[in-house]
Amino acid sequence: MSTTAPISRASMWPRIVLYAVLIVFAALFLMPLYVMLTTSFKTLAEIQQGNMLALPEQWTLTPWLEAWGSACIGLDCDGISGYFFNSIKIVIPAVVISALFGAFNGYVLTKWRFRGHKIVFGLILFGCFIPFQIILLPMARVLGVLHIANTTTGLVLVHIVYGIGFTTLFFRNYYETFPNELIRAAMLDGAGFFTIFFRILLPASGPIIVVTVIWQFTNVWNDFLFGVSFTSGENAPVTVALNNLVNSSTGVKAYNVNMAAAMFAAVPTLVVYVLAGKYFVRGLMSGSVKG
Amino acid sequence: MAIVELKNVVKNYGGHKGSKDSANAVENFNLLTEDGEFVVLVGPSGCGKSTTMRMIAGLENNTGGEIRISGRDVSAVPPKDRDIAMVFQSYALYPHMSVFENMAFSLRLKKTPNDEVKRRVNEAASILNIEHLLERKPRALSGGQRQRVALGRAIVRQPQVFLMDEPLSNLDAKLRVDMRAEIVKLHRKLGVTTFYVTHDQVEAMTMGQRIVVMLDGKIQQVDTPQNLYERPNNMFVAGFIGTPSMNFLRAKIASDRRALEGESFRFKAEGARGTALDTHTANEVWVGVRPEHLRYVEDSGHGAGLENMMRGTIEVVEPLGAVTMVQVQIDDARVTAQLDSHVQVTLGETITLACAGEKLHLFDADSEQALGLEQPVSEPLSAAV
Repeated sequence: MSTTAPISRASMWPRIVLYAVLIVFAALFLMPLYVMLTTSFKTLAEIQQGNMLALPEQWTLTPWLEAWGSACIGLDCDGISGYFFNSIKIVIPAVVISALFGAFNGYVLTKWRFRGHKIVFGLILFGCFIPFQIILLPMARVLGVLHIANTTTGLVLVHIVYGIGFTTLFFRNYYETFPNELIRAAMLDGAGFFTIFFRILLPASGPIIVVTVIWQFTNVWNDFLFGVSFTSGENAPVTVALNNLVNSSTGVKAYNVNMAAAMFAAVPTLVVYVLAGKYFVRGLMSGSVKG
Repeated sequence: MAIVELKNVVKNYGGHKGSKDSANAVENFNLLTEDGEFVVLVGPSGCGKSTTMRMIAGLENNTGGEIRISGRDVSAVPPKDRDIAMVFQSYALYPHMSVFENMAFSLRLKKTPNDEVKRRVNEAASILNIEHLLERKPRALSGGQRQRVALGRAIVRQPQVFLMDEPLSNLDAKLRVDMRAEIVKLHRKLGVTTFYVTHDQVEAMTMGQRIVVMLDGKIQQVDTPQNLYERPNNMFVAGFIGTPSMNFLRAKIASDRRALEGESFRFKAEGARGTALDTHTANEVWVGVRPEHLRYVEDSGHGAGLENMMRGTIEVVEPLGAVTMVQVQIDDARVTAQLDSHVQVTLGETITLACAGEKLHLFDADSEQALGLEQPVSEPLSAAV
């Protein structure tokens, strides 16, 4: 019995089947993206011929330019660029602030335990499971009282409040496995509460920061319900604008423009995943496995 | 450099009455160190040795009593202001900082000028021979190197007191022996008062100038290594110090108050031990004999009748090269004896073992306290308890 004996035909079959199934599913999942991309590069005339899966005969960038700068959304015909920047203005502060709060909560809940810390964590965790619909009316009232209704600032606040539950959960579980002796060593070295947080804990939180940023970024960027409920007109985020764009076309539906606009709306989350995806999995694992 | 004084120090975690936290984790701990002394706290896990050290560090508050460093009561002083440095079992190096920054961290927090930081870190690094590692991250270091860095971090601060919490237990056996010697050397060089926690009695015996043996939160004995070995206060200390452990036999005290007998052994109490039995009311007593004090006696047929001998069947033979360990069944006890390796013994054989009378230890049958302890030859370092 040699170890270099060729793999027998019988033992290869399961592998072949496995790969075949995987390839079929991968194709299935990539199909919409393919259709969106090809459609966005076709002229309207070509789309109307009906062959959805064909590559464009004549490549054109016009739909992309139109979607970005001159498509009509409601009564304004300035494209989705303005709304795209609205989303950026929302997503950056919302992600940074909610992640910082989460890290801070996690720090206190694991390293500076107080009486009832479990209850506090339980309540924060409970916040993750409150359905969006329940808070719509109260939140509208709060935004009104604070005079930030129909502003991107208002949406930032909503997303921070809603995100803290998840970010706290992530950071608490991560810091739970962070050795207490390091904290003690830092205390003896003369570091105080905030010094320990900013100079010892945060620099060692790379993986969980990536997880939190991806999670928060996709949630905030893809949010539609809060956007449509608390903003209108030119303050809406890109998801709402995309919906309005698709619904406000009159006469012939400009599928190519719609698809290009949808691609614009999808690109940031795609970029985040591609850049940080491998850290995402690593970060998810590191909470459970002691490193 | 400092004198550390612990007066009636108590730690209680304040659990509910009856729960396991309700008892005192440390009870009436009294100790006065000399300036620059190396004190080892030793005991089985859960005996309160680490808790005591953490109270000295200020990582835990003492529930009662006083802790004084150089005369100043530090009970209410935060850890960073106690002028102490601690070395942890897990090394506790900051993973994202280079070795240099790890060692410099405390100085940086104190806003020490840059050239002073450099000078002190380099000085500590050269003492520990880790100059070539200064740019590396902790993860690129071996266990022994990490331990050196952890020591370096403590040295850089030039504290009054060093605290070391089982610093060697994560190292492999050979490295542990090397580092042991090196820490002792370091202590001699720097002369800083040092507390060292370990559960390993060999480590305690080889390193400590004075050893505090603890059990269940209470000090059992504070003494020099030699005194602990020769004059243990009670059966716990007697059994804990020395490898293999001391053997204990339950003996009847004969009517002459000198002979101590069992079915297959007979000892005679001499000197102070004998006198102690005169006033001792009980009829039974524990006799302790260390394995290394037992001798093989050529069987002359009537050996069992002589003083200070025991007879039994060999149950286990373990040749270790230089010596041979045998376990012998004596009455209902298993007695371990360390014999010369040239003594030929076989399993199941009945042999006679002898012990010099002055090597016997006697303990009260109920309280397990030592009986008739002779005065130590030399005064132990400043007595405590």
